[in-house]
Amino acid sequence: MLSIEKPKIASVLQRKNELGLSPEDYGGAPSTLCGGCGHDSVTAAIISACFELSIPPENVAKMSGIGCSSKTPAYFLRGAHAFNAVHGRMPSVTTGACAANRDMYYLAVSGDGDTASIGLGQFIHALRRRLNMLYLIENNGIYGLTKGQFSALADAGSRNKQGGMNPFTGIDPVRLAMTLGASFVARGFSGDKEQLIPLIKAGLLHKGFALIDVLSPCVSFNNHADSSRSYDYIRKHEREVNSQVSEDFVPSREEIFLLPEEQKKALRTACLHDGSSVRMRAYPESCYEPDDKQAAFRFLDDCQKEGSIPTGLIYKEAETEDFHDMCGTSQTALRDLPMDGLIPSPETLRHINQQFR
Amino acid sequence: MDLENPRAEPDNFVIRFANVNGSGSASSNALIARCIFRMGHTIGAKNMFPSNIQGFPTWYEIRVSSQGYTARRGGVDLMVAMNGQTILKDAEDLEKGGVLIYDSTRPIAERLRRQDVLWLDLPLTELARRHFPDSRQRTLLQNMICTGVLCRLLRLDETLLRELISGQYRSKSALLPVNIKAFELGCRYAAEHFKCLPFYVTSSGSGERLGEDAPLLMNGNTAMALGALFAGATVCGWYPITPSTSLIDAFSDFCQRYRTDHDSGEKKYAIIQAEDEIAAIGMVLGASWMGARAFTATSGPGISLMCEFLGYGYYAEIPAVIFNIQRCGPSTGMPTRNQQADLLICAYASHGDSKHIMIFPAGPDECFEFARKAFDWAERYQTPVFVMSDLDAGMNDAISPPLKAASFAPDRGKVLGMQELEQLQGPFLRYADPDGDGIPYRTLPGVHQKGSYFTRGSGHDRAGRYTEDGALYQENMRRIAAKFKTAARELPEPLFPLSHESASSVIISYGSGSEAVKEAIDLLKADGIYLNHMRIRAFPFSARVRDFCLTQDRCLVLDLNRDGQMACLLRNEFPELAPLLIPLCLWDGLPVQAEQLVRDIRTLMPGAL
Ligand SMILES: Cc1ncc(C[n+]2csc(CCOP(=O)(O)OP(=O)(O)O)c2C)c(N)n1
Ligand code: SF4
Ligand SMILES: [Mg+2]
Repeated sequence: MLSIEKPKIASVLQRKNELGLSPEDYGGAPSTLCGGCGHDSVTAAIISACFELSIPPENVAKMSGIGCSSKTPAYFLRGAHAFNAVHGRMPSVTTGACAANRDMYYLAVSGDGDTASIGLGQFIHALRRRLNMLYLIENNGIYGLTKGQFSALADAGSRNKQGGMNPFTGIDPVRLAMTLGASFVARGFSGDKEQLIPLIKAGLLHKGFALIDVLSPCVSFNNHADSSRSYDYIRKHEREVNSQVSEDFVPSREEIFLLPEEQKKALRTACLHDGSSVRMRAYPESCYEPDDKQAAFRFLDDCQKEGSIPTGLIYKEAETEDFHDMCGTSQTALRDLPMDGLIPSPETLRHINQQFR
Repeated sequence: MDLENPRAEPDNFVIRFANVNGSGSASSNALIARCIFRMGHTIGAKNMFPSNIQGFPTWYEIRVSSQGYTARRGGVDLMVAMNGQTILKDAEDLEKGGVLIYDSTRPIAERLRRQDVLWLDLPLTELARRHFPDSRQRTLLQNMICTGVLCRLLRLDETLLRELISGQYRSKSALLPVNIKAFELGCRYAAEHFKCLPFYVTSSGSGERLGEDAPLLMNGNTAMALGALFAGATVCGWYPITPSTSLIDAFSDFCQRYRTDHDSGEKKYAIIQAEDEIAAIGMVLGASWMGARAFTATSGPGISLMCEFLGYGYYAEIPAVIFNIQRCGPSTGMPTRNQQADLLICAYASHGDSKHIMIFPAGPDECFEFARKAFDWAERYQTPVFVMSDLDAGMNDAISPPLKAASFAPDRGKVLGMQELEQLQGPFLRYADPDGDGIPYRTLPGVHQKGSYFTRGSGHDRAGRYTEDGALYQENMRRIAAKFKTAARELPEPLFPLSHESASSVIISYGSGSEAVKEAIDLLKADGIYLNHMRIRAFPFSARVRDFCLTQDRCLVLDLNRDGQMACLLRNEFPELAPLLIPLCLWDGLPVQAEQLVRDIRTLMPGAL
């Protein structure tokens, strides 16, 4: 079989993080995607985010479905287990894994087809259940792997490469997630690492369901002039909100955020459950507190009216309960509970027998 | 009129209750069954209910047998005909000389009555109206009046029955006095108006059964839920479907009692009602992959939905336990009727070459044992395991030896832990066969970087890396086939409950179909027809199944489905058996009646007569 060696995604810089690991240690197998595919940039952003957060790779569970996007977990964090599920059903697998072990970082990568066409049902139920996970949609508006059919996230009126028009309403995953229980909702763009990396970092540390809808152009099937998912179109229409400055992510252990006073005033802080916080640059024209759901919806409406694409951290709930809080599951991960504590005694069985006489 | 029914005698008879569903009759009928059981007799109890919440006809049958038979016999000796709409049809099912009690508040005209049975007029509605002012309670109390009448007619142990009634109202004690009053009313009415029946329950049974070794009366779903509890299962993903729902309900009850920390209220389990069965099996695979013991319970339609994931479990080699409580028919079919009709879909579920382990328990004790061990097998062979039960076995109470186990220590199979991974030389090969039994080693997420691998349903090599190389694909698939050969050697062997030296034919059964076989064989013996009995307990089949069949002239395969699915599997796996196999299919959806089985065997074996 022919395959072309691609340059490694990971930065060649020999930087080390708190664990003494280099960015290369967060890399994976060489990508087999098309050169220039937006998904590869998201992979690079994930590597940077995990490296910078010093997350031990084995503490991450990489979850995905089927599609070009869902292949990408092979290209990052080789030290983490991955579960490449069947098409559209990754959320249920993540639900089970998360129920069994609450102590992992669940980092899920899916496509717009995987999430919103075949997988819409499972996606919605994972949201409702407030799984503690980061769910990245690598959204190119089409099915890449099956060569360019529209997905349910494609905008109405957008055209495919052959000139065919999508007549149906596109689902907006951001609004959907805000309505159904996601407590962290953002949109990123694969072409804007500065914005994407902090969003991924914050999303990973967020407790509860974090969704990032990452616009990620497909260079082979949906990057033409009249596509609303092309690099050009997104660059022209993007409107940022609550976007982080580059060193904006402040772990709890850092007490002071070193910035000039006037800049600090322009920052908004969103606290994360472990005491750390994300600071965001506030754009005067779209200034609202990220936990103000009504304001967020107004902002989305404004963008829709003017035909712009909102990006950045759009909504973040102040206090959140996740799946385990709602279910009252034990603090120790279920899979780590010793068997002899789970299996009742023979004496108990004798007692149970007695109840059936 | 002198009526005689030679088939019914003390401690040997069949009662059938004909009721309207949703009227609360089920619990009082079950009380009668438990009372006879507690008096030391062998009973079988079968609930034949509609797929409806209120207003449809429903039947409950109790078989009392001094020979130890528990299956339905065929025919009815006492009909408790409390459904006005079906009464004349119910009367037709009675044996000649049988007895029928009915609610005579609306009398049945003499000319409409079958003349060769005894009609007992019980003005039930009238009695309830006269004695109980609260109209809302009356329907339920009618059932209790009826229980009183039967207590007297059948000479049941009144003290015991009162005790059982009190037990039933333990948590609703305010309702106890009025129920006892209704019960006494029934006893009194019967004493004053009816003569004792020629068939009844003697006190000569084995006496009160309460000792440690005394048998239980339990349904298979409860036993399987206990199996999951004692296997240490912690994650359950499920979607409601008859007849599997009560298994989850039971598991949930047991978990509340035995898996909840009483101080903190923390739950050492997660039962997740999924959005559908696709999600349910997805959750099970995710949790098992993460290292918890996980299961789902479902029935035919759920299995259909799970197929893609089942193939994933087979190919990516992830443990999963699926309790399939089978029901009747393709599509929605007859949801509250019984069949064993999912053998073929479960054996080879999903596209591509795939195959799955099926376990066939019979009786509550084996339901418990196999449910528990299914988790060991799933982890040992790293593959989905179906525990194949059905509505009859799952929902009907059956007599069983007490549940027990020599050891509860789980077998978690081949898992490399932290230390082993630390010492690992070279890369971890998830899909290799170092022990030559086809079974690879697995690792759990979050343990060690060296154990990480990419779990995928796409073509993979020994390290789990993507491949489209035909030779590597075949190497892996051959190993999986070898793994199933190992499983066939280690899974439960067939049992031979009955054999006779002059028999050269065998009747092969599995699961709930087996219940009627002993009685059928005994009945045929009286006619000079001798049969051996083999009960299959696992698929892929043990070589003993084939070897034994080859010693026989004929193998009758009892299947509760139209197409002879077990016979088909046997032919498929052991083509050399084809000329010997004779399908014997009983598939009307009701639990097998021994006499029907005998008739069918006779037609299939005319030469033996
Ligand atoms: C059950 C099933 N149906 C169809 C397919 C074929 N298929 C593979 S990927 C895909 C679409 C993926 O689209 P998307 O999730 O947007 O990923 P992308 O390739 O665009 O990143 C389809 C339909 C499949 N794998 N499984
Ligand atoms: S087809 Fe599109 S989505 Fe798939 S790898 Fe190529 S560019 Fe990326
Ligand atoms: Mg796509």
